Amino acid sequence: MHKKACVAMLLAGGQGSRLGILTQKLAKPAVPFGGKYRIIDFPLSNCNNSGIDTVGVLTQYKPLALNSYIGIGSAWDLDRMNGGVFVLPPYVKEQGGEWYKGTADAICQNSNFIDRFNPETVLILSGDHIYKMDYSLMLEFHQKQQADATIAVIEVPLDEASRFGIMNTDNEQRIIDFEEKPAEPKSNLASMGIYIFSWPVLKKYLFEDELNQDSTHDFGHDIIPKMLADKRNLRAYSFRGYWKDVGTVESYWQANMDLLGEKPELNLYDSKWRIYSSNPPRPPHYTSTTAKITNSIIAEGCLILGEVENSVLFPDVYVGPGAKVKNSIIMSGAHIEDHVVTDKAIIGRKTVLKQGTVVAAKKLDGQQKIVVLDIDMIIPPHTTIEASLSCSPPEDALCKREE
Amino acid sequence: MQNVMGIINLNLGQDLLKELTMGRPLAALPFGGRYRLIDFILSNMVNSGMQNVGILVQDKYRALMDHLRSGKEWDLARKRDGLFILPPNPNPYSSGGCRGSVENFYNNLDYIESSRQEYMLIAGSHIVCNLNYRKAFKFHKDMNADITILYKEYDAEDELSQYTILDCQPDGRISDMGSQSSRTSSRKVSMEMYLIEKGLLVELIKDCQARGGWDFVKDVLIKNIDKLKMFGYPYKGYAARIDSIKNYYRHNMDLLRPEKWEELFFKSGLVYTKVKDEAPVKYKENARAFNTMIANGCIIEGRVENSILFRGVKVHKGAYIKDSIIMQKCEIAENAIIENVICDKNVCITQGKWLKGEKNYPLVVAKGTIV
Repeated sequence: MHKKACVAMLLAGGQGSRLGILTQKLAKPAVPFGGKYRIIDFPLSNCNNSGIDTVGVLTQYKPLALNSYIGIGSAWDLDRMNGGVFVLPPYVKEQGGEWYKGTADAICQNSNFIDRFNPETVLILSGDHIYKMDYSLMLEFHQKQQADATIAVIEVPLDEASRFGIMNTDNEQRIIDFEEKPAEPKSNLASMGIYIFSWPVLKKYLFEDELNQDSTHDFGHDIIPKMLADKRNLRAYSFRGYWKDVGTVESYWQANMDLLGEKPELNLYDSKWRIYSSNPPRPPHYTSTTAKITNSIIAEGCLILGEVENSVLFPDVYVGPGAKVKNSIIMSGAHIEDHVVTDKAIIGRKTVLKQGTVVAAKKLDGQQKIVVLDIDMIIPPHTTIEASLSCSPPEDALCKREE
Repeated sequence: MQNVMGIINLNLGQDLLKELTMGRPLAALPFGGRYRLIDFILSNMVNSGMQNVGILVQDKYRALMDHLRSGKEWDLARKRDGLFILPPNPNPYSSGGCRGSVENFYNNLDYIESSRQEYMLIAGSHIVCNLNYRKAFKFHKDMNADITILYKEYDAEDELSQYTILDCQPDGRISDMGSQSSRTSSRKVSMEMYLIEKGLLVELIKDCQARGGWDFVKDVLIKNIDKLKMFGYPYKGYAARIDSIKNYYRHNMDLLRPEKWEELFFKSGLVYTKVKDEAPVKYKENARAFNTMIANGCIIEGRVENSILFRGVKVHKGAYIKDSIIMQKCEIAENAIIENVICDKNVCITQGKWLKGEKNYPLVVAKGTIV
C-alpha cells in the first residue's frame, strides 16, 4: 500500500432515530436529499473535490441500502487502484466481536485499516450534514498550526448555541475549552463534527480510551476533553458557508426547502464543486399543458400534470391533473393521483396517494407540523391524513403487497 | 442473445442534417433532452442481453469517442467483449476515406471473425426506438433464415421515396427489395437492422469486396436476394427516423406526448447515456413550463412552451421559448424570445433578442453562437 497523506473516516453507523420514519428502513446517510442525492453524497463529493481518495465508511445500522448505494464508489470517482472507498462494518475477532460502542470505538476497531495507508492525518466525517467544504484547506491549516487535532467550527446564533458542542478559543484559534450543549454558552463557535487528527496521536488516545471502562467512546464526549486536559495542541478551523445538520425531521425538511428560492446559500449548480451521486437512467421530466410549477426542484423521469409549489420532487414522481403539491418533499417513484393535496408533507418512495387524498397537518397557532408517510404505502381514495404514518408489512393494510 | 455481437454501422447519412452534423457524426447528434442518437441502439442491444458491440466509425468521430469513452454507462466496460470502436483503416493510397460500409466491414473483419459470438446484429444509429431484439432473434432461428431484416410498416400518407422497401411473402420471406417505385405497393420500410450468422457475413463481405462492390444494401443484400433466405421481421412500436432537420425537429416534438415519452423511455428497457452529475431542474418563482421536457441541470426563470431543454440550460427572467429545441448549456437571456428554433450546444441568445423559424423549417443556430 502506498502511503497516504490523509485518510477520511466517515461515521455512517448511527440510527438517526430523530428522523423517525425516514430512517426506519435505512441508515441516516442513505436518506434521500435534494431531489436526487442521498445525505452521504455531500461528504463523499467533498472528499473527491478536496483530493482525498481514500475513505472508510463505518456502517452498522441497517446498512443494506447504504452498502448497495456506495458500491465500489464509482459515483464519486472513488473506485481507485490504490485507495478508494471501503465499507467497514463491525467484525468478529479472536476474542469475539463487538458492535461499535461509540464514534471513537468505531475508529479504534478499524485502526488496522488506517495503518495500511500509514497516513499522517485522519479526517473524521459524519454522514448527517449538508454542506460543501474544501477539506484540503482545513488540512493545510492543521499542518500549518502543527496541531494534534483540528476541529471545524461554524458560527451559530448565540441563542441556538446551547444545541451544539461549543468551542472557546484564544485569539490564535487554540481551543481552550469545549462544552457539549452548554446551558450558558461562552461563544458561538459550534463544532461541525469534522475533525482532523494527527494519526499517531489519535491512535494513542483511542487505545487508552478503549481501556477506560467509564468512557462512552465518543469523540466529543471523551477523546476531545481528554486531549484538552492533556494540554494538547487543539485548533479550531472556522468554516463560512452553508452547513446544516439534518438530524431531525424539521431540520431535514428545512434543509430541502433551503435549496429553493432565488439565491439559495447552497449552490448545487456549481460545476467547479459538483455534488456527485448515482445517476439513474431516466429521461428528462415531462410537464403537461395543465402543469404549473413554481419555486421547486424537479428530477428526471417525473411526469407532472398538476401543480407543484415550493417542493422537491425526486425521480419518477407522477403528479396527476388537479393535484396540488405544496411545501412538500416527494421521494422517487411516488404516485400522486388526481386532485390529491399535500402540504408540508414528506411522501416516501413509491407510495401511492389515490385520488382526492389530502395529506396535511392541521395548522395550530399558525404552526403546521410535517407529515411523513412511509415508503411503499397505498393510501385509499379521499383519505385525510393529518399525522405521520408508517407501515410494517405484511399485516398492515396500507402497505403494498408483494406481487 | 449472448451469442449475438452488435455492429453499429455509422456509414449512413452523415451530412443530412447540415449544421447539426457538421462537427459530429449523426450518431453523436443530441436527441430527446439528454441523449445522443447512438444511445438508443446501444441501449437496445444491451437491454436485449448483448455484451459485445463494435462500432464502425467514420470521419469526425471525436465527439462520439468523448461520449462513449469506456462504455461504462451502457454496462459495456467489460474484461472480455464490451464496447469496441472499429476505426476506418487509414489507407495511405487513398485520400477519399472509406467509400462504403462494405469497405469498413472489410477493414475490420479481423475483429468480427475473432469474436466469440456466432451471430451478428448490424444496425445504424439513425433510428430512435426502444426495441428488444430477443423476439426477432428467435424468429431468425425458427425460420432458419440467412438474413433477417427488421422493418416497419408505414401509413399510406407517409413519404417513403428515400427508403428501402421490402416485398414480403406471407411467411415473411423477402421476395424483392429496393427503393420505392411503381413496381410495388409495399409500405414495409427496412430499418437497416440485420441479423446474420457471422460466417455468412464474413463470406459475403469478402465476396463483395472482391467484386468491387461497396454498398451493403445494393451489393450485398439486393444482389443475393434469390440466393439467400432473407426474411422480414415486423417492428410495430415507435420508431423515429432521423434523416433531415425537419424529421429531427418533428420526432423530438413527438416526445411531448406523454404516451410517446413513456413508450420510448420506459417500455421495453431504459435508455442509458453518459452521466453528467447535474443537479435536478430548478424552477424559480416566475417560471412557467407547459408541455415541455426539461433535463437536469436547467434553471428556469422564464416561460417555456412546447419545447425540449437539454441538460444545463439557463432560461432567464422574461425569456420566452416556444416550439424549440435547446441543447446542452445554452443560455437564453432576459426577455429574449425564440420560436421554432433549434439551438445547438453552448448557444447564447442575448437579452431581448427575437428569433423565429417556421414549423416546417426550424431555424438552426450553430454550436457556440452568440446571438
